[in-house]
Amino acid sequence: MGLLSRKATCNTHGQDSSYFLGWQEYEKNPYNEVNNPNGIIQMGLAENQLCLDLLEPWLMKNPDALGLKRDGISIFKELALFQDYNGFPAFKRALADFMGEIRGNKVSFDPNHVVLTAGATSANETLMFCLADQGDAFLLPTPYYPGFDRDLRWRTGVEIVPIHCTSSNGFKVTLPAIEQAYRQAQKRKLRVKGVLITNPSNPLGTTMARDELDLLINFIEDRQIHLISDEIYSGTVFTSPSFVSVMEVLKDRNLDQTQVWERVHIVYSLSKDLGLPGFRVGAIYSNDPVVVSAATKMSSFGLVSSQTQYLLSAMLLDKKFTKEYMSENHKRLQKQQKDLVSGLEKAGIRCLDSNAGLFCWVDMRHLLKSNTFEAEMELWQKIVYHVKINISPGSSCHCIEPGWFRVCFANMSESTLKLAIQRLKSFVSSIGMKSQSHQELKSLRRKARNNWVFRLSLQSFYDREQDTTTKVSFSYRPHFMSLSNIAATLDAAA
Amino acid sequence: MGLLSRKVTCNSHGQDSSYFLGWQEYEKNPYDEVKNPKGIIQMGLAENQLCFDLLESWLAKNPDAVSFKREEQSIFKELALFQDYHGLPAFKKALVDFMAEIRGNKVSFDTDHLVLTAGATSANETLMFCLAEKGDAILLPTPYYPGFDRDLKWRTGVEIVSIQCSRSNGFQITESALEAAYQEAQRKNLRVKGVLVTNPSNPLGTTMSRNELDLLVNFVTDKEIHLISDEIYSGTVFSSPAFVSIMEVLKDRKLENTQVWERVHVVYSLSKDLGLPGFRVGAIYSNDPIVVAAATKMSSFGLVSSQTQYLLSAMLSDKKFTKEYISKNHKRLQKRQNKLVSGLEKAGISCLESNAGLFCWVDMRHLLSSNTFEAEMELWKRIVYDVKLNISPGSSCHCTEPGWFRVCFANMSEDTLKLAMQRLKSFVSSITIDNQTHQDLKNMRKKNRTKWVFRLSFQSFHDRDQGER
Repeated sequence: MGLLSRKATCNTHGQDSSYFLGWQEYEKNPYNEVNNPNGIIQMGLAENQLCLDLLEPWLMKNPDALGLKRDGISIFKELALFQDYNGFPAFKRALADFMGEIRGNKVSFDPNHVVLTAGATSANETLMFCLADQGDAFLLPTPYYPGFDRDLRWRTGVEIVPIHCTSSNGFKVTLPAIEQAYRQAQKRKLRVKGVLITNPSNPLGTTMARDELDLLINFIEDRQIHLISDEIYSGTVFTSPSFVSVMEVLKDRNLDQTQVWERVHIVYSLSKDLGLPGFRVGAIYSNDPVVVSAATKMSSFGLVSSQTQYLLSAMLLDKKFTKEYMSENHKRLQKQQKDLVSGLEKAGIRCLDSNAGLFCWVDMRHLLKSNTFEAEMELWQKIVYHVKINISPGSSCHCIEPGWFRVCFANMSESTLKLAIQRLKSFVSSIGMKSQSHQELKSLRRKARNNWVFRLSLQSFYDREQDTTTKVSFSYRPHFMSLSNIAATLDAAA
Repeated sequence: MGLLSRKVTCNSHGQDSSYFLGWQEYEKNPYDEVKNPKGIIQMGLAENQLCFDLLESWLAKNPDAVSFKREEQSIFKELALFQDYHGLPAFKKALVDFMAEIRGNKVSFDTDHLVLTAGATSANETLMFCLAEKGDAILLPTPYYPGFDRDLKWRTGVEIVSIQCSRSNGFQITESALEAAYQEAQRKNLRVKGVLVTNPSNPLGTTMSRNELDLLVNFVTDKEIHLISDEIYSGTVFSSPAFVSIMEVLKDRKLENTQVWERVHVVYSLSKDLGLPGFRVGAIYSNDPIVVAAATKMSSFGLVSSQTQYLLSAMLSDKKFTKEYISKNHKRLQKRQNKLVSGLEKAGISCLESNAGLFCWVDMRHLLSSNTFEAEMELWKRIVYDVKLNISPGSSCHCTEPGWFRVCFANMSEDTLKLAMQRLKSFVSSITIDNQTHQDLKNMRKKNRTKWVFRLSFQSFHDRDQGER
C-alpha cells in the first residue's frame, strides 16, 4: 500500500516542465543591474511591475486602508474576526464595479454572483471541482498557460484535451479545431464538460474576436456544456481591438436568462491588472446560483485575507483613482510592448500582433536548426544559458508548432529590456543570418502590416482574413529534457 | 449527464447539519446589548475575542507592520509581488518560534518543514490530498469538530470512521476504541491511512494525556499509518495539565529518525490563539520531506496574503510581546471559563472538566426527555428558539451519547455571558427538576472534585485515572 497519495508522488503538478525549470535557472543566477549584470534576465514571468509606483502614493494618501481603520476609527477587531466566505460586501461591490469598468461598462456584474478565492489559481481549480468529476475533460485552445496542467487537473482528476490552434490564422480558435478536440476526447472515452479559454490569451497576448466568441457560444450551446472564460488579463488590453468579454456577447445576442447563460463562468484576479500577485485575490463569476453557492462553500479552502479585502475595497472604490490607474497602465504596457516588438524586429525576430497581456508571442522558427521540438529545446537552452534570458518555450504551453516563445516585457525596467534585446540581437547575429532570410523577413513584416490594417477595417464585420504564413508540420508531442540532459547537451555543443 | 459535478449536488459539504443551522438562526436574530437585547446569544462560535486590546496596542506601537515598511523603507513592491509558495522566510521563522514557545520550548520546529496555508481548513484538506486516495479512511475520535466532515471528505473523497469515545472515562481514547474503529473501516472495505486527533480537543476543551498520545504512537507504528495532530488550540491551554504535543512525546521516546517520525504531521493556525480567523493563516508541519514538497505545491491553491504574512512576521518576532500575550491570553481564558462553569453549576448543569479551548463540553443529559438524539434535538431547539442561545448539540459533533453540548465562552463580554447564564438558569428552573436529581448532581460534583485532586497528584507519573465521571 502506498504510504502517500498518488497525487503526492506523481508529477501531475507539472513542475518538471521547462516553464518551471527556466524559472529555477533564473533563481540560481538572477540578473541585477548592480550586483549581477551578467545574470539571467527574467522574461518568463508574467508580472506587471510597471504601475506599482502609482499604487504607493495612493496608499500614502489613504493610511486608513492600510492601518485597518475606517474614518480614523480602528476596525481591527471586525476584520480580524471576518471569515465569512460570502466575502467582505464592500469589496465584492468594488470588485464587481471594477470588472464592469474594465469592460467599458458594457456589462455589469452583480456582487451576489461573485465568489472570492485566493487567486485565480484557486478559482480555476474550484470551478473544476464544481463542474466536473474525475475522468471528465475540459477543452483548452493551445497554446495555453502551463500552470493549467496543475490547476485544472492535479487534485481534481479532470483531463485537458487541447483545441489545436496554429499560426496559419494567428492561432485563432476554429470550429473544425474545436470539433476535432471534442472527437479526440470521445475517443479517449472522456466526457467533455466544457471549454476553458483565456481571454485575453496567455501566451498569445491577443484578445478574442467576436466571431471566435460566437463560435464558442454556439458550440457549448449545441453540446450543452460549460464555458469558462479566464479574463485575468482583461485590464491589460492596451490597444485596439478593445476587449470584448464573453458576457458582452451573450448580452448582445439576448442570451441572458437562457440556458447557456448559466453555463458561462468568468474567472478574474488582481494579480495582472493591478500587479498584486502576492495578495492572492481572485474571483469566480457565475450566473448559475448553484455554482455560486457550491463555489462559495469551497472557497473556505482558500479565502482572501480580510486585511487584504479591506485594503483593496478602499482602493477600488476610489473610482477616480481606478480610472487614472487603468489609463496609465494601458499607456505604459503599450510603450513597453512596442519597445520589445521593435527591438526584436531589429534582431530579425517578429511577434504575433498583440494588443494585450504582459508578453509577446515570439516567432523564432527561423532560428531553429530543424522544424522540431528538439530543436526548440536546443534553442531555448542556448537562450537561457548563453544569451542569459529566461523565456518560455512554446512546447511548455502545448503549442503544436515548434519555434514559438513567450517573452514577457512588463516585469522589468526600460533599460533592462534594452539590454535583453541587445543580447538577443548579438545572439542572432552570431547565428549568422543569410541576406535571403533577412529579405524574407522584411517582406513578411510588410505583409503582416498590411494584414493588420486590413483586419482592423474588417473587424466590425466579425471577419478575419486567413493569411498564409509558413505551414508547419508536426507529428509528435514534445518531451521535456531533464536538467542533466540539458547540461549534457550544452557540454556537447560547447 | 449531470451538468454539475457530484460534489456540488451531494451534501458532503455538511452544511445541512445543525451546527450550521444554529448559526443561521443566530444570523437572523443576533443579540446586541443595545439594539437587540432579546436576540440569540452566539455560543456556538469558537472565537477568541478576549485579547484584541493587546493586539491593537501592539499595532499602534508598530505602524510599519501595516504600512508595508521595513525600518521606514517601503517594501510595498516586494510584498505585492511575493507569491512564493515557500512562504515569507521571516514569517515562517517567527511562526516556528511561536509554536515552540507555546510548547514551552520543549520541542523546536524547522522552517523547512513548515508549509503555510490559508487557514487550518486548507491545511487539513491538503494533508488529506497528500496522504490518502479517494475511498481511503481516516479515523477520528468522537466527538469531533463538525467542519471536518467537509474539510476532510468533501473534495477529497476520503471517508471518516469514528473512534468512539464515551463519558465513562472522560471521552479519552482507548486502545479498544482504536482497534474497533480500524476493524469497522475494514468491514466497510476502507483502507485506513491514518488517525487525526485534535489536541487540545474540540469540542471537549481538554488536552490529551501522555498515555493517550503513547497509545496513538504505538497504534500508528503498529499499523504503519499516519497521525495528524491538529494543534490549533495549543495556545489556549489555560490551566494544568500543561500541553504535551505529539512531537514532545516522539522526542521523549527517542523516535526521531525512525519511520513513525515521518508519519506524524501537525496542523496549526493563528485563528484561535491570536483570534485572527479573518487573516487566514494556517500551517502544516511534517517531518516527511515528500509531504512537505507536495503540500508546498498544493498550497498554491490557498496561499497566505503577503500583506498578512508581513504583518504577522513583525508581530510574532516581537518575543517580548508574544510572551506577554500568551500569558495574558491564558489568564483571561481561564477566568472566563471559570465564569461559565460556575454559572452553569448554579443552573444545575455540569461540564466535562477542561483546561483548554474556547468552549466547555456541557452535560445536559439530565434535561433530556429521553436518552435519545431526538430528545437532544428537541432540547437544542428549545435552547436556540426559546432560551435564545446558540450552542452546538453533541450529535453535530458525532458524539455517541445524547445530551452533550458545546458551549463557547470566549467570544463575548462578561456581561453577555452573565445574561446567557441567567437565561439558562431560568430555563432549567422552568423545566422543574425534582430534589432527587439535584441530589444526584451534587454528588457527582463532589465526586468530580475529588477525582480532579487525585489526578493532579498523579500527573507526573504520566498516568490518568480511569474512573467514572
